Amino acid sequence: MKKVNAVVVGAGAAGGIVAKELSTAGLSVVLLERGRWYTANDCRKDDLRNQRTTVLGNAFGPDDEGNPRVVWDPQTGPRTLLPSEGGYQNNAACVGGGTLSYGAMAWRYMPQDFRMRSIYGAPAGSSLEDWPITYDDLEPWYEKAEYEIGISGDYSGSPFFGPRKRPLPMPPLAPNREFQILEPAAKRLGLHPFHIPMARNSVPYNGRGPCMRCRWCVGFACEVDAKNGSQNTVIPTALATGNCELRTECMAKEILTDDRGRARGVAYFDADGRLQEQPCDIVIVSACAIESARLLLNSKSRLFPNGIGNRHDQVGRHLQGHHYTGAVGFFDFDTYDDVGPGASIAVADYNHGTPGLCGGGALCNEFIRLPIQMIDRLPVNTPRWGLAHKKAMRSFYKRNIAVMGPTQPIPMADARITLDPAVRDKWGMQVARISGNVHPHTFEIGIVQAQRSEAWLKEAGAVSTVVNAGRPTTVSAGQHQAGTCRMGNDPQGSVVNRNCQVHDVDNLFVIDGSVHVTNGGFNPALTIMAIAYFASDSLVRNWNATGFRS
Amino acid sequence: MGGAALAVGCTGHNQGDWDFLNDEQARTLTAICDQIVPADDFPSASQAGVLTYIDRQLARHYRRHRNAYRDGLSSADAMSWQRHGRDMAALSAPQQAQMVAAIEKENSAFFNLVRSHTLEGYYGAPRHGGNRDAVSWRMVGMGEPPVRGRAQYDERKGAAS
Repeated sequence: MKKVNAVVVGAGAAGGIVAKELSTAGLSVVLLERGRWYTANDCRKDDLRNQRTTVLGNAFGPDDEGNPRVVWDPQTGPRTLLPSEGGYQNNAACVGGGTLSYGAMAWRYMPQDFRMRSIYGAPAGSSLEDWPITYDDLEPWYEKAEYEIGISGDYSGSPFFGPRKRPLPMPPLAPNREFQILEPAAKRLGLHPFHIPMARNSVPYNGRGPCMRCRWCVGFACEVDAKNGSQNTVIPTALATGNCELRTECMAKEILTDDRGRARGVAYFDADGRLQEQPCDIVIVSACAIESARLLLNSKSRLFPNGIGNRHDQVGRHLQGHHYTGAVGFFDFDTYDDVGPGASIAVADYNHGTPGLCGGGALCNEFIRLPIQMIDRLPVNTPRWGLAHKKAMRSFYKRNIAVMGPTQPIPMADARITLDPAVRDKWGMQVARISGNVHPHTFEIGIVQAQRSEAWLKEAGAVSTVVNAGRPTTVSAGQHQAGTCRMGNDPQGSVVNRNCQVHDVDNLFVIDGSVHVTNGGFNPALTIMAIAYFASDSLVRNWNATGFRS
Repeated sequence: MGGAALAVGCTGHNQGDWDFLNDEQARTLTAICDQIVPADDFPSASQAGVLTYIDRQLARHYRRHRNAYRDGLSSADAMSWQRHGRDMAALSAPQQAQMVAAIEKENSAFFNLVRSHTLEGYYGAPRHGGNRDAVSWRMVGMGEPPVRGRAQYDERKGAAS
């Protein structure tokens, strides 16, 4: 195959941006994606087969056939799981990655989120660290992501975020009924409610129309293409340069190296299952935290017997995501107005500053719950079946509000991805084994966050509540997976430097959620995007037209 | 193997051949499903097509649960014979409710599977054979989608996965 400048593995939130930035700078790029390219016409609004409710499979990958993972649960030992089963920690496998079907909350992390260890100290046994970059380093790139991807919302109600130079490019969607119920209650509690920033058109933007406010949002592709991901923004731009070739249904096998230990290309299985080699000057891994770590670990050679970039046994460690807690409130009046996406209001008062807690998290109202998602979220003491269950569904479907949020995870070094010694995928490659958990202090934060959710709902008039704050036995990574190729200045305690360059392989980069040192108390998508712009910028600046200046 | 048997005369079922269940299994499963979602002003599970949903998926996405259904349904009938001297489908509604409570207690893995599948069939998208005419959605008060006729996959008629 003809050599190109760059191979990007994974066409998700980060990979799409990297491909666009490199190709517009004149580099020739091959963008490999294991999944397919879906369009708005593929939005089937199937309540049982999407990316959130997956009982009949994942709508946007991976398929259940031939893509297992192993989860090491301390209660049951190793379990081999299908992609559609809970515990697999799936994101998606398609052009756009998770951004095709996400709920599209698009937050900036707070300045404190990059300095967790300095502010709080590391809880015993945790691997809590500061990032090697700050909020100020990322601020211009957050702004670029907000404008190029397209974010609506309004932070102005909250005084807790870092400084910004420009407002969001689009106003928020008009408040739905839950917003109208929750906003005055939050203010009575002394909180600072605001409109959730969303990668969703509220007005025509980027050549596409606004959200039509249907109820099938999180977990679904957008029928009217008003939800903004890499598949309908940066990837088309990359392709339009003529410098970027997108190859779908191509599964990366390993990063190939030369005898000096530099990356020389990527071996992958094409759509017909044939092994191909694409030579290149630089390799960018953007396959999401679990699969990026797996690809590095599967790239073994004489110089890298334990996987490339893994000289100090850091690849795959510090796996995190978000532990969600919250409450459901039941009301004696209708709270449901069928105006999607549903999630609309947030408070960020609790992200930092609670004595005794190492951070906190945002609290938001939940996306519209489809009826199938309500069957186990009914008032306390509702029987699990029978006429009483059916009647409770009828009584409360339109009379409940869920408030919840992502708890700032406190990472642990032994929450990690390794290669399972026995289980292989349909290409014969060793699959990811997921083991360990976040630090238990995370769950203590989660309990407080759930109590705060309950208090908000009660203030809003809930006549009864159910509090959800569990202690899962395995890490909850899923669509928020992060941390497995940590960014840092110390090569012995991290995988990449501040520019996302692997410490001991100067033409190999990991650019996605893998590099997050900590994962904030917010959905990570916009931060993944901002880092992709930030890292692409340094990459392009160091590109000298024939090779990469290390 | 159960294979495809005729389902003539099955309670609330008029769909023709089953893909996986045999007639006896279908009758027992109907009895269980209709306790999980009984009829009132709105249809029961089987009346809303839940058996069609489960049967279809046992031939498709839920092939891995076939043994659980074979074993679970036959042990439910065995329990019914032991306690009442007849098939579960032949019991009175209160007896069936007691039987389902007993299955929940003594064979919870099977019960949880059937409960999940029943509620999926009843409250999920109609295209998979359950929730006939979107009856459960109307029951909970969820209106039609705001823009009808735009989607190429009408949820009442579209092909199953």
